[in-house]
Amino acid sequence: MQKRTLLDGQKFQITIKRLCHQLIENHNDFSNTVLIGIQPRGSYFADRVKHELSEVLKKSTIQKGNLDITFFRDDFRRKHGLVSASSNTIDFIIEGKNVILIDDVLWTGRTIRAALDALLAYGRPAKVELMVLIDRRFSRHVPIEPDYIGQQVDSLDSQQVRVSWKETEGEDKVILISESNK
Amino acid sequence: MAAEKLSTRHLLGIKDINRNDIELIFETADNFKDVINRPIKRVPSLRDITIANIFFENSTRTKLSFELAEKRLSADVVNFAASSSSVSKGETLIDTVNNILAMKVDMVVMRHPYAGAGQFLSKHIKAQIVNAGDGAHEHPTQALLDAFSIREKLGEVAGKKVVIVGDILHSRVAVSNILCLQKLGAEVMVCGPTTLIPKHIAQLGVKVEHNLIKALNWCDVANMLRIQLERQDIKYFPSLREYAMMYGLNKQILDSLDKEIIVMHPGPINRGVEITSDVADSKQSIILDQVENGVAVRMAVLYLLAAQND
Repeated sequence: MQKRTLLDGQKFQITIKRLCHQLIENHNDFSNTVLIGIQPRGSYFADRVKHELSEVLKKSTIQKGNLDITFFRDDFRRKHGLVSASSNTIDFIIEGKNVILIDDVLWTGRTIRAALDALLAYGRPAKVELMVLIDRRFSRHVPIEPDYIGQQVDSLDSQQVRVSWKETEGEDKVILISESNK
Repeated sequence: MAAEKLSTRHLLGIKDINRNDIELIFETADNFKDVINRPIKRVPSLRDITIANIFFENSTRTKLSFELAEKRLSADVVNFAASSSSVSKGETLIDTVNNILAMKVDMVVMRHPYAGAGQFLSKHIKAQIVNAGDGAHEHPTQALLDAFSIREKLGEVAGKKVVIVGDILHSRVAVSNILCLQKLGAEVMVCGPTTLIPKHIAQLGVKVEHNLIKALNWCDVANMLRIQLERQDIKYFPSLREYAMMYGLNKQILDSLDKEIIVMHPGPINRGVEITSDVADSKQSIILDQVENGVAVRMAVLYLLAAQND
């Protein structure tokens, strides 16, 4: 198994800061914009973004929710194994709001497709944008593209991108894992 | 964290599933409870599945609850009631079900007056079977939703003391409840007149008590069962009035206990017989929570069974 680091240390922090500034450019003071992290791993990213935005904007009222897409997946009964659901916590109204969907890695786009479905069960947002830390480009199965990208990578289907967070894994880092026999 | 998969393809009885299965069902039901409290109470998980609800015996609550659960998972639903069907023209169970399956049904939810009907069917047909009550044998989803409601109210089931009061002899709810609660680590007692307590019930590892007050003083939760007059071919007690006086739960008894117990009832309630109105509508009663949880638990069961079919 080979591991290659894509992002860590200062570059990781700069990337997050840059994404937050891009968000502020488009959404000003976040009075009509909410953050939604896709469970489970996107919500860590969303937590970090919320923290960063609160510091830059000197504002503690930025709203952030977690969205679970398990019951909206399109591979139920098609792929082996069942992924247990995580909780949904959206304690605010998304009707008429600008929603920033946040996930750590964008690959086939199917998760985001499901997330759009899941999101609509909570109401009709004015606008939905997508932010990802890593975009595994040229591997989409559905026509979905992110609005804010931390870093783009070229990867093979057999490879895996893993994001770890200081809060949960002790270190901010993105690695690309390839099986050694390939 | 529970296992990722159920250990069974059918839900025929609590007897056939293990503690991991039950915990997986509960964790999944937590998520579905969240779903059914949203403005849009539907998820698309079972959109390619057709479910037949086959009821050879009357039911309002269970049937409605299953139907809602199925619809909220986006399954296609067909309903079949034996009284208005060819069963009255002499068709056998297998023929009836095979005819329904020929119309491409993936899952069958069945209630039947004979114990073991689900078991029998699961050996002869391809579809997955969910037992919605078979004779005096089992009613697994009721037991699951009862235990889920206790877990919701008290935090956990393990270590809790539950007394089941009433017509144990004719009750599939009692059997499934005993098995389910024991698998989750609760202590179970049954209470009722001698004639309504099966002779060998103690072999299941439950305590037997004939005095209601003693039983209530022992327990954290009292599950009051209905007297199933329709299943009683002979007289088991002198009169309903006498039963109500000996085994009916009223506010006076409830207030005389030195702790606040939780009161449950699987429905339908006979107000004034096993439970009085002021108890049924009191703060200690979680009867309507049970009904709400019923939909979430049944969604979890159907969802997890559907996931098995790959």
